[in-house]
Amino acid sequence: MSHHAWTLLGVYFLALLLLVKPLGLYIAHVMEGRLSFASGLEAALYRVCGIKKDEEMGWLNYALALLFFNLLGVLAVYALQRLQLWLPLNPQQMASVSPDSSFNTAISFVTNTNWQGYSGESTMSYLTQMLGLAVQNFLSAATGIVVVIALIRGFVRHTAATIGNVWVDLTRVTLYLLLPLALLFAVFLVSQGVIQNFDAYKDVTTVEATQYDTPKLDAAGQPLKDEKGNAVTEPATTQTQSLPMGSVASQEAIKMLGTNGGGFFNANSAHPFENPTPLTNFLQMLSIFLIPGALCITFGRMAGDPRQGWTIFAAMSIIFLVFAVGAMTFEQQGNPLLTSLGVDSTLGNMEGKETRFGIADSGLFATITTLASCGAVNAMHDSFTPLGGLIPLASMQLGEVVFGGVGSGLYGMLVFAIMAVFIAGLMIGRTPEYLGKKIGAFEMKMVSIAILVTPLLVLAGTAVAVMTEAGRAGIANPGAHGFSEILYALTSAANNNGSAFAGLSANTPFYNVLLAVAMWFGRFGVIVPVLALAGALAAKKRIAVTSGTLPTHGPLFVGLLIGVVLLVGLLNYVPALALGSMVEHLVLWK
Amino acid sequence: MKTIIRPAITLFVLLSIVTGVIYPLAVTGIAKTLFPSAASGSVLEKDGKPIGSTLIGQNFTGPQYFWGRPSATSPYPNNAAASGGSNQGPLNPALADAVKARIAALKAADPSNSKAVPIDLVTASASGLDPHISPAAAEYQIERVAKVRHLAPKQIRQLVLQHTEGRQFRIFGEPRVNVLALNLALDALH
Repeated sequence: MSHHAWTLLGVYFLALLLLVKPLGLYIAHVMEGRLSFASGLEAALYRVCGIKKDEEMGWLNYALALLFFNLLGVLAVYALQRLQLWLPLNPQQMASVSPDSSFNTAISFVTNTNWQGYSGESTMSYLTQMLGLAVQNFLSAATGIVVVIALIRGFVRHTAATIGNVWVDLTRVTLYLLLPLALLFAVFLVSQGVIQNFDAYKDVTTVEATQYDTPKLDAAGQPLKDEKGNAVTEPATTQTQSLPMGSVASQEAIKMLGTNGGGFFNANSAHPFENPTPLTNFLQMLSIFLIPGALCITFGRMAGDPRQGWTIFAAMSIIFLVFAVGAMTFEQQGNPLLTSLGVDSTLGNMEGKETRFGIADSGLFATITTLASCGAVNAMHDSFTPLGGLIPLASMQLGEVVFGGVGSGLYGMLVFAIMAVFIAGLMIGRTPEYLGKKIGAFEMKMVSIAILVTPLLVLAGTAVAVMTEAGRAGIANPGAHGFSEILYALTSAANNNGSAFAGLSANTPFYNVLLAVAMWFGRFGVIVPVLALAGALAAKKRIAVTSGTLPTHGPLFVGLLIGVVLLVGLLNYVPALALGSMVEHLVLWK
Repeated sequence: MKTIIRPAITLFVLLSIVTGVIYPLAVTGIAKTLFPSAASGSVLEKDGKPIGSTLIGQNFTGPQYFWGRPSATSPYPNNAAASGGSNQGPLNPALADAVKARIAALKAADPSNSKAVPIDLVTASASGLDPHISPAAAEYQIERVAKVRHLAPKQIRQLVLQHTEGRQFRIFGEPRVNVLALNLALDALH
């Protein structure tokens, strides 16, 4: 790894370390209702909605309300796409989106996955982007955060029947946390060159004309084929470049802060209009981990023991740093097949990477975006070296708990922490306890469901896709890499990441439905057991710390937690990774 | 259940208005006031006509111009309305074939150049719209451009240096040359 890459990683981690504490304490303030700068707006909202802010809910009501709220999101995003041709703010006259693609995208944005089977600049009207997709960027992020807050309340409270008011939690997260941060970040992004307007696409006359071949069409508009079945082409010339426009900055800001990751354009954060400079790239990386990192501190604060939060933060940081070094190193090695053609590979594996970012900023971005269930990309992961591409895959397969999605990362990690105290308890023959709560059979059932639901969706889904004609038809790259494309898609969907080995042609009814199922159950198949866990913990009595209590802070527990995450999280996938990335690595470097 | 439906629907509608209408309009208002050029795409004009954006790469194939990163957009390279990369895996034979063809095109334009080709000149960018090349990729092309334009390589190199940006704050990103800006400056020399 280059000197530059080490510096970048060091500066990044230092910046994160400086920011998480103030923001974490701020979030604790917000969630405990001690902030009031928008109290007028807040009170008005509650009045119109008929919300009694002091009326709390049990876990079941909390979960049902959250599910219903998210279902409304699915309906809204679906309807906006199906009707966009007849709605305003559509200067390019984008046609209404097909039913299966609309369904997939609606589930995708509501579940904070932001998997994209479509290409933004040629599919979505400005209204669909801002009122459908960007709204879900806010609300799906808020959903993740309120779930982890409810879980923390489960630990903090004792002999309690309720875990909070979901409407109040959602409103506070949106108004006090997400909106102000997004507004600041969006304005900064514009200052660097990210566009923000509602104009029609701007046609410019380029310096040189471009010659290209275009498929020849018959009278009926169908492509002509020669006797061998190859498409017949004819030469064409263009000297026009159609620059896409749109309200990109406002969407970009929340896309990163809410670990959503759905790009305004097809190329996502590789597109110069989404991510124009190395500085915007750095702040985009920082904004991905910002809230997930801060929530660790919020957890420590609300639990009344900051060490608990820092312990979780430390375990996440160690895994992150190791993975980041891996990705940057593997991509720097370049592609030996290209080097043998007489290419100077000093710059590393540059296929599918932007010059302004290079290897270090692309490798680091890829690690962060996949560990954090963000899924924005500033380089094409499909063109990564085999081991460079294995890092994003494995990052997602850990279950998106290393910082992870906003809220979802921490509740996932707390589930692993309970698993860790359970395993430790088994080893020494004591009833496991965490933060003064005894972990019983019901809690362990919920923990097991939450941990097992995603590997089940990924592995079963991949098996279905590789065994069916419709699944194999989407593969773009031959050999082991083609298998990795499918594994990546299912991994990304079920873990609510959203990045892709994008060669896979996934905008088909088969993949749109399969991946939508994986995304929905990968999200709410975890959220519901986590809320049940929160309810069960809140109802328990607090037990005193004794000399027999396993301390859940400090280096020993950090090590135990990392071990459990790697073993339980990753071991499920080793055979699948061996069939894809590892085979590919051995063939490439034979 | 009834206690859930009304707050859910009204809160969903109101938060949608706040985050989906008021917020983007507020950002647009601030952006157009403070950074009007950036907000509308950093468009370059020549004689009053838009000729490109400093942020979006164009396709150059003439030997008198510096060439940019290869672009995998469809149906023609640097199609700004269809961004994206090749998504070819490292072992994909199509990738090696594409790189071979790009090397051949560079050699055909400059047969006397026997240096190894910098990798960014023969691999497709992620967006298909990368406006930059590495300083090494610019250096590789200086002799060719100088020969075709009957100018001294020294003069061209000077121009390249003027258009080279280092790492931002010495930490972020990679050194790079903006190809469109450089080529426009070349044309302005005559």
